[in-house]
Amino acid sequence: MAEFLLLFRHDDIRNANLSPEQMQAQMQKWVAWMGDIASRGKMLSSQPLERTGKVVRGTKKAITDGPFAEGKEVIGGYLLCKADTIEEAIAIAEGCPILEHDAGTVEVRPIGRM
Amino acid sequence: MGELLIFGFIFYNMQQEPNQLVDHLFRTEAGKMTAVLTRLFGFKQHETAEDIVHDTIYQALKEWRFRVPENPTAWLYRVAKNKAIDYLRRENRMAEISSELKPLLKSEYTLPTVVNFYFNENEIADSQLRMMFAACHPAIPEEAQIALVLKTLCGFSVEEIARAFLSNKDSIEKRLYRAKEKIREANIQLDVPVGNDMQTRLETVLQCIYLLFNEGYNSSTADSVIRKDLCYEAIRLCLLLTENPNSNLPETNALLALMCYNASRFDARIDNDGLIVLLQDQDRTKWNKELIQKGQYYFNISSAGNHISTYHLEAAISSMHCMAASFAQTNWKAILGFYNLLTERKPSPVVLLNRAIALSFAESKQAAIAEIKKLGSLQNHYLYNAALGDLYFDIGKTDEAKVYYETALKQTHNPQEHELLNKKLALTSSKPNTGRP
Repeated sequence: MAEFLLLFRHDDIRNANLSPEQMQAQMQKWVAWMGDIASRGKMLSSQPLERTGKVVRGTKKAITDGPFAEGKEVIGGYLLCKADTIEEAIAIAEGCPILEHDAGTVEVRPIGRM
Repeated sequence: MGELLIFGFIFYNMQQEPNQLVDHLFRTEAGKMTAVLTRLFGFKQHETAEDIVHDTIYQALKEWRFRVPENPTAWLYRVAKNKAIDYLRRENRMAEISSELKPLLKSEYTLPTVVNFYFNENEIADSQLRMMFAACHPAIPEEAQIALVLKTLCGFSVEEIARAFLSNKDSIEKRLYRAKEKIREANIQLDVPVGNDMQTRLETVLQCIYLLFNEGYNSSTADSVIRKDLCYEAIRLCLLLTENPNSNLPETNALLALMCYNASRFDARIDNDGLIVLLQDQDRTKWNKELIQKGQYYFNISSAGNHISTYHLEAAISSMHCMAASFAQTNWKAILGFYNLLTERKPSPVVLLNRAIALSFAESKQAAIAEIKKLGSLQNHYLYNAALGDLYFDIGKTDEAKVYYETALKQTHNPQEHELLNKKLALTSSKPNTGRP
């Protein structure tokens, strides 16, 4: 069993005009998706990432605000899961509600084996 | 969304399974937080309160996607409180604050304590009541009252209100704008009336809840999810009124009983294909027994005192239907008696039409036909012609029945009603008379 990191890009919920009921419906999709992964014993951890942050760069250790070139490139959160194969990890990623938006992406990366 | 939806709140309980969110949590809490923040800031800053609530829910959406907190409500209140305190601390904010709490919000010594205090359970309920009485002030037109209640107390968006009333966003926005302007112009205070004032002000609040419920219960055009939501919210708000000793009057309980009785039949009224099922054909085992019991409970409480409101009478009529083991065993004599009392207080054409239908079962079809024909103002309403069609059909005059059904068909555009009328119409030409659907 290998581990995979799923990275979510594109701030899919930036539409600020959603009503509370719509926001709850939106959230419940995520809860259901993650709940399903967890119930199959595949979930390791998952966290959202703030939009703000700092970048430490190069030998000078220069610190800049950042890191974000473009909104849709921003990593909004991650999920670390277990899967037998990359295909299985992709199947997990396919259920992610972020993919209801055309610009949403889930990057699936196997954790390097030591 | 089953029937649990409607009475789930009666046993409202946050102790659900972990990671399981209560239905409508965001919407309900949005209403509560808006009421509290509007009370803290004063009505002039109502939009600020709405913005803070929106930001709070939005933040919850972003963070809870990954992990729902153990106590979701406490999380929401904590974030809303912090946002409110941040807002109040910003420079020159105080000029915009119009509430009586302003002196306490000005001082850094009291600010966090006061904000905290108003987010406790009792004060939240109190803030909601204050908002309810302001939104249902007699100076505000009824349809604007309902829109404002849905927006400020029930956490509905303008689009959702428009959907519920088959209206458009612009006209709902106009209604809301006018209602809010009225509150500001007339300087309507966010308070719960006391003494004699309560009796008169409560009337418009109950009327608003009654209309809200009926919109959900009777509107045959909006989709069933949103209609159920309106009934749910009406019951929730009425329940809130029963929880405060000042507003927990007999008529409040009578209205709550009426809504519980009627809501118990919500699901049985529509079949699996979305078609209307008439009372006589409803599967009575599908009536929600717990809601009927709730209705009984509040109806008993409502009998305190000497005043009989129209809600008492309507609840009594509804309870007679709920208690009848079958349509044939319905106590029409008693129902007619309640309708007679109701027509004295509320002689509206629709009440008179319903009374005539009760009369047709309690006494005779001919007497009912004569009564309905007196209701000239309803001639262009499909219910008038459909009822006459039914009665003529029942006395074997199928040719007359046919004409009335055909007229009714032209007066409604609702596909479900069309379906039902067409079925009845088909029977007028098939002999022998096998009973109408």
